[in-house]
Amino acid sequence: MKFNISVPCLKSNLQRIRAFIIDVLREQHLSEVEVHSMVLAVDEVCANLMIHSNNCSPLHSIDVIIIIKGKDKIVFDIIDKGRGFDIRKYPEPDIKEIIRMKKKGGVGLMLVKRIMDDIDFITKEDYNIVRLTKNLQPTG
Amino acid sequence: MVQIEIIKENDITTLNIVGEVDASSSIQLDESLGSVVSNGDPIILIDCEGLNYISSAGLGVFMSYIEDVNTKNIKMALFGLNDKVKNVFDILGLDQLLTIVKTKEDALSRINEV
Repeated sequence: MKFNISVPCLKSNLQRIRAFIIDVLREQHLSEVEVHSMVLAVDEVCANLMIHSNNCSPLHSIDVIIIIKGKDKIVFDIIDKGRGFDIRKYPEPDIKEIIRMKKKGGVGLMLVKRIMDDIDFITKEDYNIVRLTKNLQPTG
Repeated sequence: MVQIEIIKENDITTLNIVGEVDASSSIQLDESLGSVVSNGDPIILIDCEGLNYISSAGLGVFMSYIEDVNTKNIKMALFGLNDKVKNVFDILGLDQLLTIVKTKEDALSRINEV
């Protein structure tokens, strides 16, 4: 099953993306904490792409496609046409250093890496895909 | 969208956060927390009972004031986080770096211990 949403690259649209993911995942019999952590991971990637790859331009859009692969896994494809940025190459920062430097950012992709089981970055001719995969725990 | 109310009772300042703190709304949390920290309010309680969502932008705000809170000897505690929100702090181990407790009473007794 495949679901998708497309929104302009405005941070105020992050809420729409989150609501869309919650709606889709509601049917999947997952725990609230599990759904919430996946919503968070996708939100972090979208915020990053909107801000750093698309300069928050409403003329650019970002697409989120959710692919439910049976009961085993969920794949999130996040597609944009901005400046490509391979998030897999992002070095994990030291939290204590961030605190010492009083930095306000830098832990978003760390969350994504800890929540998702697999992260892929695919560059096509005129768009990029960040593919996040979450393996589901078998229930009862 | 988030609404933040600052309530001052004697020496205790409470930030009541209601709504969602994401990349779009974290600026409001930054302004509110920044004002009470720079003010040097001695006790800051963060009421998270109405906080439905927090992303790294919100976590970043809390992290960026830890140094100032410590330097100014401010006692700060977060309380009332639901399981989903608490999990976000736990994923990064921030539960070890910030005082996070269940209720306002727990927050006050923890602050009085220190």
